[in-house]
Amino acid sequence: MESKILKIKDFNAYYDDAQVLKDINLSILKNNVTAIMGPSGCGKTTLIRAINRMHDFTPNARMEGEILLNNEDLYQMEPIIVRRKIGMVFQRPNPFPTMSIFDNVIAGYKLNGIKLSKEDRNNIVEDSLRKSAMWDEVKDNLHKKGSFLSGGQQQRLCIARALAMKPEILLLDEPTSALDPKATAHIEELISELKDYVTMILVTHNIAQAARISNYTVFLYLGELVEYDKTNKMMTTPKDKRTEEYLTGKFG
Amino acid sequence: MADKLENIKSGNMGRGNLSFRIFKDRLFKIFVFVISGLATIPLLLILFYIAKMGIASINWEFFINLPRPPGEVGGGIANALVGTLILILTSSLIAIPPAIALGVFMSENKTKSFSKWIGSGVEILQGIPSIVIGIIAYVWVVRPMGGFSALSGSVALAIMMIPFIAKSTEETLKMIPLHLKEASMALGVPYYKTILKVVMPAGLSGIVTGVIIAIARVAGETAPLLFTAFGNHFMSYSIFKPMNSLPLLIFNYAGSPYDEWHSLAWGASFVLVVMVLLLNIISKILSKRWKVKF
Repeated sequence: MESKILKIKDFNAYYDDAQVLKDINLSILKNNVTAIMGPSGCGKTTLIRAINRMHDFTPNARMEGEILLNNEDLYQMEPIIVRRKIGMVFQRPNPFPTMSIFDNVIAGYKLNGIKLSKEDRNNIVEDSLRKSAMWDEVKDNLHKKGSFLSGGQQQRLCIARALAMKPEILLLDEPTSALDPKATAHIEELISELKDYVTMILVTHNIAQAARISNYTVFLYLGELVEYDKTNKMMTTPKDKRTEEYLTGKFG
Repeated sequence: MADKLENIKSGNMGRGNLSFRIFKDRLFKIFVFVISGLATIPLLLILFYIAKMGIASINWEFFINLPRPPGEVGGGIANALVGTLILILTSSLIAIPPAIALGVFMSENKTKSFSKWIGSGVEILQGIPSIVIGIIAYVWVVRPMGGFSALSGSVALAIMMIPFIAKSTEETLKMIPLHLKEASMALGVPYYKTILKVVMPAGLSGIVTGVIIAIARVAGETAPLLFTAFGNHFMSYSIFKPMNSLPLLIFNYAGSPYDEWHSLAWGASFVLVVMVLLLNIISKILSKRWKVKF
């Protein structure tokens, strides 16, 4: 029996009066990749951003319900603590342009004013860059600014930056949508390898990507959770007609 | 239909053939070039004339001596140079912190109506004639303090700088992509640290450029200093006493009947123009060198 790290209970989200998520109930299993897929506007980005409370800065967004991380309600916790426990990687690579590669990886500590010994810092940076499979590419240029990196490398740097905080969950919001096929393959491979260290939730509009790298898949449609199952089961024998239609390309 | 397509391919496009169109295109380009050349002529003439009239008085003595009484040859503008420096320094100290804070507030709260009110307030402040700002500083600072002072002049200049720096800070920070802020927030960095350590460093070049250009603007202001810093024939280092500045010296000496003072005023004009020009060039270099690519 795998343990449930995150439980979403009766979760509703609204922008002004428009409801974008309807009674979502979902349990995420530890050390798995869970893909959230669905057509544009189905609420998948809203859902993933609700998990690390990125909606706190959107004035017209309103959330109802509970999200429990290890049985503790995220919405009762300090948002700063929530975001340190739950990392996020965005659609577009967003390394800090004013910082070196080294400082980018360690940014979570540096910006929060957490003091580390030089040895700890070096270890965290090396470990994070190794996990994100780019240590060998950048180990000689650690103190250069990241602007010469390719888009795919920048995205892996962002993954390293998130991993450096040793998060319990890593949220990936369409992490490959701004990348070319080769870089995409690289990131996908990386995600599959990272399962041992961290639980990942991946938003994607790409069915093939969900099939390739996730263990579990959630299908959202018009703000409703239509189906949640093991990926290979859902891809081959979907229970709901809407899932089947989506998978066979009838819409979306 | 097919005929028309053939015509277009061979350059026959309804009214006027292709060669005439190309001719019109060239004519327009020449027109733009000539007009822009004409527009820069006054600028070059001014620079040339000031240099011609002013450069004769420029030597080392000119920078280290005080003005001499009328009738005596020589003398310099040391007190005005020091005064301009002190006035700029003091007014910068007064203006920069609140102006940058204002800029940050306006860019961070774009949608709030309160911030829109402040935005229009800043724009109106920018449009107030400098002489009026001088009078305001007179009422606020000179009268309560009981006399003209460099401090009151600095307050007047600071009031002129604030809207400018606030606007340029706001414009700079607005250009910084939201995803950068999100990257910081997603690492659990508190909001104020995100602004101070991520957003502002990314906009540093724009903010510094705005400050330098604001300084260049007020360096040449005369009107707000007339009833505040007032001017002083002697050297003064105290911000609580009247102080001279380059534009005040030019204003006072150019209007005097003495030739020696006229040449001092020309020399001071030249120094002032060079100073403003240098500040503009420095701001250009900095904004290029510190530019952050996203």
